[in-house]
Amino acid sequence: MAKTDIVCATCVGTGQGPCDGKGVQTLKEGVWISNPISIQILGICSALAVTNRLENSLVMGAALIFVGVGSNLFVSLLRNVTPRRIRMIAEVAIIATFVILFDQVLKAYYWEMSKQLGPYVGLIITNCIIMGRAEGFALQNRPLVSMVDGLANGLGYAAVLAVIGFFRELLGTGAIFGHVVLDPSWYTPNQLMVLAPGAFIALGILIAVFNWISGANKAEAEGEAP
Amino acid sequence: MTEISPLVILIAAIFTNNILLANFLGMCSFLAVSKRIDTAVGLGAAVIFVMTATTAINYAVYHHVLVPLGLTFLSYIVFIAVIAAFVQFVEMFIERFSLGLYHALGIFLPLITVNCAILGASLFMIIRRYTFAQSVAFGFGGGVGWTLAIILIAGLRQRMRYSDVPVPFRGVAIAMVITGVMAMAFMGFAGMVRIQ
Repeated sequence: MAKTDIVCATCVGTGQGPCDGKGVQTLKEGVWISNPISIQILGICSALAVTNRLENSLVMGAALIFVGVGSNLFVSLLRNVTPRRIRMIAEVAIIATFVILFDQVLKAYYWEMSKQLGPYVGLIITNCIIMGRAEGFALQNRPLVSMVDGLANGLGYAAVLAVIGFFRELLGTGAIFGHVVLDPSWYTPNQLMVLAPGAFIALGILIAVFNWISGANKAEAEGEAP
Repeated sequence: MTEISPLVILIAAIFTNNILLANFLGMCSFLAVSKRIDTAVGLGAAVIFVMTATTAINYAVYHHVLVPLGLTFLSYIVFIAVIAAFVQFVEMFIERFSLGLYHALGIFLPLITVNCAILGASLFMIIRRYTFAQSVAFGFGGGVGWTLAIILIAGLRQRMRYSDVPVPFRGVAIAMVITGVMAMAFMGFAGMVRIQ
């Protein structure tokens, strides 16, 4: 549980980060300024696991948006009646309810995708982004703005997944959504990109690009190496 | 899935289907604690113990409570509750009976509830239709494999303190890249055994 406390402390304690914004600002914070994956490095298990195809990435992004909005709304609605000591259990129960809803719908209408995503839909329950937003934002804020926050973080997550999924499918199979776009006569698909090592390396490069654009590491560059 | 011996599953879970390097589970706590070898060993030991025990408990709960009652759609919420309760119980137990162990493992235990590798092992066990012996072997092997990966990478990251990494890559980005290289190395085991 320490993980979520850290998340909470980083944004609540300093008065910076996603917790102090409202409305449009909240949306911008979640998608870009403190993007859950590339800036806060949260919830990367599924970001690595399902991004071998663009379609999987988009469905997973949709799942996270749905669960994020739903759980933030209900955590926020119940924030004044939830005893402080059992708030974690309450949050997990709410999140798990929405995950089960999404999983059942996926199984009913899109069985193929449900099989491909395997356990990773269920693992949204332990996704630090969802827990972190419930704990760090929805517990302190009104329902509507909490929903926006859930949407923003879901969108930020979905956007990063889509980017990784796009490049991994393109470089790994030479195709997008299963349609071949890079002609096999001159492009030999790099199988490594759809396998596990490609996922780690692609995400590492993406985080580095984010750092490069935002200049995040400049300040610490003098003192400490990794 | 009944024909595969638990021993094969144990070996496969450690090397060819490593839960961290092939299934990407447990990344959050992995990045947090893989900076030093001694903390990596501590968390690894806690993960092995909790993963072995919770796969066994969850197997029993799933096949003897949820399936007969037709409540399998509740499995996620039941599994996470079992894991949280088990971790809490273990924490209280070792605090009472072994203070030394408590100081060694205690601070890692709360981290484990949110470690997706633990829940992931239980979910894989259901999806792959393991028997009880196979499930326990998978839980134990998964824990050992996770620990092996995290210790290897903690060793690399300790050495990296002395190397000149390009500025944007410092921190998590380079850790991801070396994890990718490590995953590539583990793919060398692929011909050994195979589980799906």
